[in-house]
Amino acid sequence: MPEAVRSALAIAGKDLRLEFRTRTALLSAFVFAVLTLLVFNFSRDQSLISTADLAPSALWITVAFGAVVAMNRAFIIEREQGAFDALLLAPVPRGAIYWGKFLANLAFVGLVEALTLPLFVLFFNVPLGRALPGLLATLVLATIGFVAVGTILSAMVVRTRFAELMLPVLILPFMVPPLIGAVQVTARLLGGRPLTEVLGWLRLLVTYDVVFVTLCTLAFTAVVDE
Amino acid sequence: MPPEAPLLEARGVTRAFGAQRALRGVDLRLDAGDAVAVAGPNGAGKTTLLRILAGLMRPTAGEVHLADGRTPRDPAARRRVGLLSHQSFLYDDLTARENLRFTGRLYGLPDAAARTERALEEAGLAARADDPVRQLSRGMLQRVAIARALLHDPAILLLDEPFTGLDVPSAARLRGLLADQRAAGRGLVIVTHHLAEAWGFATHVAVLVRGRWARIGPRPDSLEAFLAGYQELVDA
Repeated sequence: MPEAVRSALAIAGKDLRLEFRTRTALLSAFVFAVLTLLVFNFSRDQSLISTADLAPSALWITVAFGAVVAMNRAFIIEREQGAFDALLLAPVPRGAIYWGKFLANLAFVGLVEALTLPLFVLFFNVPLGRALPGLLATLVLATIGFVAVGTILSAMVVRTRFAELMLPVLILPFMVPPLIGAVQVTARLLGGRPLTEVLGWLRLLVTYDVVFVTLCTLAFTAVVDE
Repeated sequence: MPPEAPLLEARGVTRAFGAQRALRGVDLRLDAGDAVAVAGPNGAGKTTLLRILAGLMRPTAGEVHLADGRTPRDPAARRRVGLLSHQSFLYDDLTARENLRFTGRLYGLPDAAARTERALEEAGLAARADDPVRQLSRGMLQRVAIARALLHDPAILLLDEPFTGLDVPSAARLRGLLADQRAAGRGLVIVTHHLAEAWGFATHVAVLVRGRWARIGPRPDSLEAFLAGYQELVDA
């Protein structure tokens, strides 16, 4: 196994071990997701807004904000005891550090989504049925895109005084394109439309992923090096 | 110092933070078997110097390179440098063993598990190896941090106040360990406010004042005589 891959997996494994030991970010993100779904579900007038109209936006707003809560922790755990300096001192390419953090964030956000999706079905009573494979593909594609951006932004803000507040402010503009695409795809899939009708949006999500994963990997060195 | 093949050489290193200059043209040559004890008042630039030597910070002017001409920022060169900082570089919620094994994996050590066990034994922490480091005392934490810095057997050791928090037996054990490292041909730079701790194994003594060497040279014979003239160096 190439050394960079081994280093990235070591970093991701360490982050997962830390998170499962403390469960700080996962628990916060999950509680946040549940509360968001509850608010969306019980605050609407069902005679004015149909489930089909609200459900896609509710799902993606929940996922997006839950993801921000989860990603906020990625580099804050490195700030304690100066551990980020230890990562920078190690003989691993900066790109491997980025990929380690990226993989760990993907796992966190994926887990939050896996816990959120059944609640979404429960609260909004949406029959996933045939839409499920397409919806899962959309979740994967959109998540890769905004986690790629969120990972590098959390590295940028970690040395600022208000890192926890800065990440949501910076990441939301970057989340708009994948969120628009994901909401459009979800609305059509839940409306029973065929997958072929959303291929254009899926292509947009794939393009976003390729562009931002590449850019963020390349830019990470400039972000973390003094 | 001998003229050939330094492990590490810094030339004209200057570092500014805005209008404030922390280092002003510092030169340093570290050969195999050298142990340079660096003293100086607070804010003299000692920690900044160590961070630049380790490659964590770029100098504003000047250069640092290792024996083969690489800078310490080069990934391949980083394997040859070990840094003990003010901060422990450890994850509070991981155990001592997990922290060291993670370091071993980052450095690609083929025998990371065996080295970890050996380091824990040498640090006298085998019995506490599975406790999260947040539960360890300040001195124990420092011992794990030292073990972390030495785990990959670096040729150059940069130590910032290594004796902080250590009890008398642990400090004695560290002095012995560092003397062994020097004897084995490693190069050491030890920043300390307590020169007496490093006097026994230091080959050179330097005093950094306001970002410049006020003195750098072979260790004098008498610590007492040196300390008597120390304040004069600082005030000059």
